[in-house]
Amino acid sequence: MTDDQLDLVFGALADRTRRAILARLADGDASVNELTSLFRISQPAVSKHLKVLEHAGLISRTRQGTMRLSRLEAEPLQTASRWLGTYREYWSASFDRLDDLLRRDSS
Amino acid sequence: MSTTENRDGTVVAKVGDHAISMTREFAAGPEKVFRAMHDPELVAQWIGPEQLEVTEVTGGTAHGDTWTLVHQDTEGNTYEFRGVVHGQPSAEAGSFRTFEWLGMPGHVSFERLTFTDLGGDRTRIEATAVYLSAEDRDGMYDTMGDGGYHRLDPLLAGL
Repeated sequence: MTDDQLDLVFGALADRTRRAILARLADGDASVNELTSLFRISQPAVSKHLKVLEHAGLISRTRQGTMRLSRLEAEPLQTASRWLGTYREYWSASFDRLDDLLRRDSS
Repeated sequence: MSTTENRDGTVVAKVGDHAISMTREFAAGPEKVFRAMHDPELVAQWIGPEQLEVTEVTGGTAHGDTWTLVHQDTEGNTYEFRGVVHGQPSAEAGSFRTFEWLGMPGHVSFERLTFTDLGGDRTRIEATAVYLSAEDRDGMYDTMGDGGYHRLDPLLAGL
């Protein structure tokens, strides 16, 4: 995954409603109507959120009869999580190494 | 106020709506800790986890100096950070700088780093970063400690 793709994923995840939509989709595909009734926001607002998620590759959308269903795509989320895992650890690992450097320096 | 204690003892806390503070103690005097955190040659020896290679570190301790940090991961992806030094940094006065990750350009923050002498060759550092929006701050907090992204873990585990 490139930095540009990661930007899109993190941009998409930076919104509480979009995270809630992803959590809902983890339980199974859903239509726009279903998501609209679930989150008490307007249908255009839901559609806008879905567009952002689709652009980030976090969901795909399929047509079933007259309904458009949204489906969670796991791969980008897992890549983003790996990067976050690294960054969460970033300062702990850095400061442990600084401890070592200061210890070496004083001996 | 949200506070997280990381596994190495660093305490990460939300301050107001726009700031994060990070506090930790080191077993050395303020002058030595200050030097380790400002001399690019020394910074290169500890910044980042071991699996992230440091490919470039620059910095300075004069008003207007620029600083850069470039990491490279094992897949060859680079992560570049940069900013400008404000004022005359010292162990007594602390140091001020801007911070930007080029992975999210434009999300610039302002940082203050202070060094408190605890005596007996111990120093407590406090790093405070102020972000342009509450969203930037919350996003950063989530990556630095036990933040909201943790709630994605159960979701990921269920996939």
